[in-house]
Amino acid sequence: MATIWFIIVAVMITAYVVLDGFDLGAGIIYLFVSKGSTERRMILRAIGPVWDGNEVWLLAAGGTLYFAFPQLYAAGFSGFYLPLMIVLWLLMLRAVGIEFRTHMENPVWQGFFDFIFWISSALLAIFFGAALGNVIRGVPLGADGYFFEPLWTDFKVGPQPGILDWYTVMAGIVALVTLTAHGALYVAIKTEGEVNRRARRIAIICWPVQLLLTCLSLAATYLVRPYVAQNYIAHPIGFLIPVLVFACLTIMIWAASKGQEKTAFIASSLYIAGMLVGAVFALYPRVLPASTDPAYSLTIYNSAAGRHGLSVGFAWWTLGAVLALGYFVFIYRMFRGKVSLEGEGY
Amino acid sequence: MNSALLVHRLHFAFTVTFHYLFPQLTMGLAPLIVVLKTMALRYKNETYNQSARFWARIFGINFVLGVVTGIPMEFQFGTNWSHFSRYAGGVIGQTLAMEGMFAFFLESAFLGLFLFGEKRLSPRAHWWSAVAVFVGAWLSGYFIIATDAWMQNPVGYERVADGSVQLASFWQLVLNPWAWWQYAHNMSGAAITGAFAMASIGAFYLLWGKYQEHGRLFVKLGVIAGCIFSLLQLFPTGDAQGRMVAHHQPVTLAAMEALFKSGPGAPLVIIGQPNVEERKIDNPILVPKMLSFLTYRRWEAEVLGLDAFPQNVWPDNIPLLYFSYHIMVGLGTVFIAIMLIALFLLWRGKLFGARWMLWILMLSLPFPYIANTAGWMTAEIGRQPWLVYGLFRTADGYSKLVSAGNGLFTLLGFMGMYTVLGILFLFLVRREIEHGPQSETLTPSGVPQPAAH
Repeated sequence: MATIWFIIVAVMITAYVVLDGFDLGAGIIYLFVSKGSTERRMILRAIGPVWDGNEVWLLAAGGTLYFAFPQLYAAGFSGFYLPLMIVLWLLMLRAVGIEFRTHMENPVWQGFFDFIFWISSALLAIFFGAALGNVIRGVPLGADGYFFEPLWTDFKVGPQPGILDWYTVMAGIVALVTLTAHGALYVAIKTEGEVNRRARRIAIICWPVQLLLTCLSLAATYLVRPYVAQNYIAHPIGFLIPVLVFACLTIMIWAASKGQEKTAFIASSLYIAGMLVGAVFALYPRVLPASTDPAYSLTIYNSAAGRHGLSVGFAWWTLGAVLALGYFVFIYRMFRGKVSLEGEGY
Repeated sequence: MNSALLVHRLHFAFTVTFHYLFPQLTMGLAPLIVVLKTMALRYKNETYNQSARFWARIFGINFVLGVVTGIPMEFQFGTNWSHFSRYAGGVIGQTLAMEGMFAFFLESAFLGLFLFGEKRLSPRAHWWSAVAVFVGAWLSGYFIIATDAWMQNPVGYERVADGSVQLASFWQLVLNPWAWWQYAHNMSGAAITGAFAMASIGAFYLLWGKYQEHGRLFVKLGVIAGCIFSLLQLFPTGDAQGRMVAHHQPVTLAAMEALFKSGPGAPLVIIGQPNVEERKIDNPILVPKMLSFLTYRRWEAEVLGLDAFPQNVWPDNIPLLYFSYHIMVGLGTVFIAIMLIALFLLWRGKLFGARWMLWILMLSLPFPYIANTAGWMTAEIGRQPWLVYGLFRTADGYSKLVSAGNGLFTLLGFMGMYTVLGILFLFLVRREIEHGPQSETLTPSGVPQPAAH
């Protein structure tokens, strides 16, 4: 049962990264891809109806994590106290930037919120990447199952690391570049003309960097935590995951340069999913490895909720997930196609 | 109280108090918007549609702030209250996760459709999207109340070997009798905020002499709804909630009423300041035997006072609890009086000309917010010193490794952030109100936006 919930939580987090990833990415390229008020409105229009629903995946994943692995939630959230609070502030700023910008037709007002939207999107991408880096690298868990990480120590990957060390900073940059390309491809799908052209260009420029960083991050992960190879060696089928990752990268550049934006976007989504699944595959059954003593690591066995609760939860979760999927399909069909600026909404 | 505990308590108290200013209005407005949409569908009158859109714009701004200030609430269970989460996550994780799966997805998906989709949908389909937003908002409320109700009156759990509690009965958790009454009382409170907001803005338009037709509709709907829910707030919901406290948390009742001595024929304190040091009420105005009657329906019934309980289970801030409770009840009584008089005038056809009453309605807007906040303070301070009543103390629940300094750093950060959000909110709502219900400008990103006049 704990394994099932491990998979569910991983799927929900992946869904969050893929979905909110494209609107974060749209925020990262926002200032560069669109010039002038009309074009900026096009970008906001492209993510307007969906970004809030995408962010709900974070909340729902958080709630499910809390329910299925309360020990992990307790240890992880209190240990990552400072970066999580910063993430919260950034999420707030970003929501306010998107939603309040359009309430006044004033260039100073809009310029201010444009900047807020851009900077919070970029920093969130970096922080989410660094967060994943922290989970893979492990944290200084004590015997009581808790830890507290400062924002940085000496930037080395030692037994008492900070949130930011060279490895997690690299993970943050991987996330930034990946989501930039992801968002650019989404914007390309949703727009026409100049904005579409610029967005595709950004995705193509990102590509070599993304390839390089993917290779670097895989190598660095193996260097920092050699045990990540264990699951792959025990179950060689796992090697399909990196194959998928690189295949997706290839399809991405091929499709983007041919102008097949939808194919490229799907490839980018699968690339992100592949990277996350690859990390999760390496970690299992650990959910939060200890950098101090491997015996202190949190695993699905020592951090899961009670058996009865998990079984009951499976029933309602399935129902909830089917409903949520239904809404999503419905909403995306409703707002499919290119953005036009002729009036809708009020 | 050591300072880290104090900081973590203030952290949660501050963020949750600010947060709840927004959901109480969205939950309160949601059914009223459905009423407006229904009338629009029925009478084909554009005033109803314009009114529904106007309140949807106000709803939208509140919803954004409700969401962004709500995310920190979920996070804080882990960040600031990790020992509590480890202890109780196996139980309350159920209701919190269900809120995400059943309410948030529904609400966010259909709010987008409701705000952006009127031109794409048929009138009937658009009506359904309003209903879905209403259901999502009210479901969300239930899961949160069920979580709090478990902390007030833990049921359906079992202790396990590692010292934590785990779910034993899902249905007991979800159908906790405490949750039903607390939910009814809370939602009625939210509806009062929604009704007063509507009546207040309507009264403002009538006094201003603009948007008369909309103003009359807002006042009428606000007063009718306000009257219904103000009465429901007292009876049966408030009464049942009070007797639930008396039954499950007698020491809390004694502290709420500042009843220091046990005895038959306990009086009800209307006004007075609790003097905990000397175990008495200063400057009291009392109604003899009333507390006995309200609690047990007998004038001579014995009510337990604080002296019947050891001091280590007394709520740790009795004066604040007492004032919160009395402010809530006092304001609730005033609401009933205002709304009954207004309804009488409405019935006689004199309300729209009675400027004095319109002034009262307009100025009464802040008070439901105060009453709702005071009500939650009564519930949460009343539960002290327990985090989970009778099982787990607040002092054991906070994150021991998050120092007071780090907690204060983020508390100050939230205070600054929320000050800015609060100013932006007031600024934007003021613009909406000034532009009025007839502005129909289409918005760039589809976000509600008023016309520039």
